[in-house]
Amino acid sequence: MSSKTAVIPFSGTAEQKEKLYAVMREWKGKGGALMPVLQEAQEIYGYLPIEVQQMISDEMDVPMSEIYGVVTFYAQFNLQPKGKYKIGVCMGTACYVKNAGGVFDKLKEVLGVENGECTPDGLFSLDATRCLGCCGLAPVLMVNDDVYGRLTPDDVKGIIEKYRAAEAG
Amino acid sequence: METVRIKINGREYDVPKDATILEACRSVGINIPTLCYMKEINAIGSCRICVVEVKGAKSFVTACVYPVNEGMEVVTNSPAIQKARKMTLELILSNHKRECLTCVRSGNCELQKLAVDLGVDKVRFDSSTGDRYPIEDSTGIIIRDNNKCILCRRCVAVCRSHQDVAVIGPNERGFDTHIACAFEKDLADVPCVSCGQCIVACPTGALHEKDETDLVWEALNDPTKHVVVGVAPSIRVHMGEFFGLPIGTNVEKKLPAALRRLGFDGVFDVDTAADLTIMEEGTELLERLKNGGKLPLITSCSPGWIKFAEYYYPELIPNISSCKSPQAMFGSVMKTYYAEKYGYDPADIFVVGIMPCTAKKFEVRRDDQKVNGLPAVDVSLTSREFARLIERAGLCFNDLPDEEFDPAFGVASGAGHIFGATGGVMEAALRTVAEIVTGKPCEPVEFHEVRGREGIKEATYDLGGTQVNVAVASGLANARKLLDQVKSGEKQYHFIEIMACPGGCVGGGGQPIQPASVTNFTDVRAIRAAGLYKEDSEMQLRKSHENPVIKELYDQYFEKPGSHRAHDILHTTYQAREKYR
Repeated sequence: MSSKTAVIPFSGTAEQKEKLYAVMREWKGKGGALMPVLQEAQEIYGYLPIEVQQMISDEMDVPMSEIYGVVTFYAQFNLQPKGKYKIGVCMGTACYVKNAGGVFDKLKEVLGVENGECTPDGLFSLDATRCLGCCGLAPVLMVNDDVYGRLTPDDVKGIIEKYRAAEAG
Repeated sequence: METVRIKINGREYDVPKDATILEACRSVGINIPTLCYMKEINAIGSCRICVVEVKGAKSFVTACVYPVNEGMEVVTNSPAIQKARKMTLELILSNHKRECLTCVRSGNCELQKLAVDLGVDKVRFDSSTGDRYPIEDSTGIIIRDNNKCILCRRCVAVCRSHQDVAVIGPNERGFDTHIACAFEKDLADVPCVSCGQCIVACPTGALHEKDETDLVWEALNDPTKHVVVGVAPSIRVHMGEFFGLPIGTNVEKKLPAALRRLGFDGVFDVDTAADLTIMEEGTELLERLKNGGKLPLITSCSPGWIKFAEYYYPELIPNISSCKSPQAMFGSVMKTYYAEKYGYDPADIFVVGIMPCTAKKFEVRRDDQKVNGLPAVDVSLTSREFARLIERAGLCFNDLPDEEFDPAFGVASGAGHIFGATGGVMEAALRTVAEIVTGKPCEPVEFHEVRGREGIKEATYDLGGTQVNVAVASGLANARKLLDQVKSGEKQYHFIEIMACPGGCVGGGGQPIQPASVTNFTDVRAIRAAGLYKEDSEMQLRKSHENPVIKELYDQYFEKPGSHRAHDILHTTYQAREKYR
């Protein structure tokens, strides 16, 4: 099994660290502290990379194996940072039968990332989501707040290029 | 003992008040099958194999966690219960890698036995879609095949509760749940100490040691190699278990016979090296006491403990004895003194250790264990691998004649023998140190305070007017507790013995694997340890420094304990290690 450490280098600030330690001080020694600390840590950093989990492990005296187990048990926790452009591909029933899987696979190929991951330049993160609520447009994806519907895998490249072009200015 | 009266399968019994249904039934001779349950450390009721009927309960209850109470009526083997257990087992088997014929645990697998016991004679559900998980062999010592894992979490429990190492846990959820390290890191990149307790806890073939028996066969069949073997103290009370003898049977005299018939050129006893360790370590203790050296001195025989210290207590490295372990001392003597005396080129000597230990496999690869640039020991086998060698060679172990180890390095004192049990090294050292300090025969020779199954033992002895505080810990969780007290200044000791495995080597990660149906109800380690103490008690030679082989070794080669040459050959160094790479 390949290691699940984040591709993008950790860039936590002193300020974030201070915030996290304040949270941990509040919870230290209390029962059931791990979940709320992890939730707050994700609030602070946006995700829970090994560097953050290591701080929590050391300070809260909880083994890394246990923290990682909790983080990967609950879908709400992210191991990878989210990109500037968060792509969500709807995997609800309607989209799925209209080949959302094909669209998703094409995105993985074009971006070179797996589900839940972020491109090394920090621009795009990819997530399979539940129903986005616009089944009439199936299959659907969202890039931040922009909705794209009635897609085929061939549309994917153009959408990504649009954002890349915007970045290039 | 307070009891309650309960009905089991229609008959009334008085059972201990604080027992679980499982314990209560066992106490009256009724076995309830289990998979995930491990006494004291893994009572989680998750595998559902131990379900029983309790009158008035809404559904079946898990016997491993359900307490008894007055008037309770339990049924352990109704058709409905048998059906439920069978179904549960069939579901567990549905995605199990069923390669039983070629599995390392074939014949000693709790899952296999259960399938036979519950009458599962075909695979009703087959959801296996090939191997879902690659085999984790990054350490080259402990191999994990998650395709055979039943998620009982016994390995996770021992790693956490007994060892406080906690490098494995359940990752992901649902069908994707699997046991692995944080961030799916390789076991080689996390602070695993290779103690092998996970292997001994595993009910199936999901965990096993890297089998190195082929390397030994190869050497035995290489005419250019002079192949010597040394057997660790606890092996003599382990090996009988593989061949149907009662736990704790001392088969010391069968071992040389088996090893000679396997073709080893020199058949030796690591207990002799244990005596040598006492000479060096005892001297080190005396010097530190006399010259104000770093105290407490901590023993260094257990390579699992050494690696643990290197990860978690690097600041205590100066406290750890610089003595190599008995295994490494044995190999070091073979490739120096023995080679010179008998005219072998050290490079042609192939040294095999037979150990109750998987961490010894790590030890033999350490650069700091080398002697004149050669590995002190070439291959370290567990007792399980040794048993495989014996089976493969077609030796009828129990029918072998009684033989002695080769005299060149095969005489050991009772002190050397008890190295295999927690407190044994301490007692062996005290026998010698007391005699050196007082100049009088050490009487009585037994130090009962440091014996027994407790995880931490303490005592204070008067050695010629000096009060010496000693402590003994086995199991790394106990070691951590003890060391934290030392670090905080709460406790002051002069000498500490630490063994990585609970109970010492008799509970080692390379010992014979007994099923949970035995270990949950029998103190296997205590029975094995009793075998060692009995041997010691029946001996005339009970002190390391009286061992004639050791005397000769110093007379002819090392001059005196702690000499320059002894330091060169018998001592080593340690290094702090990064926990997560």
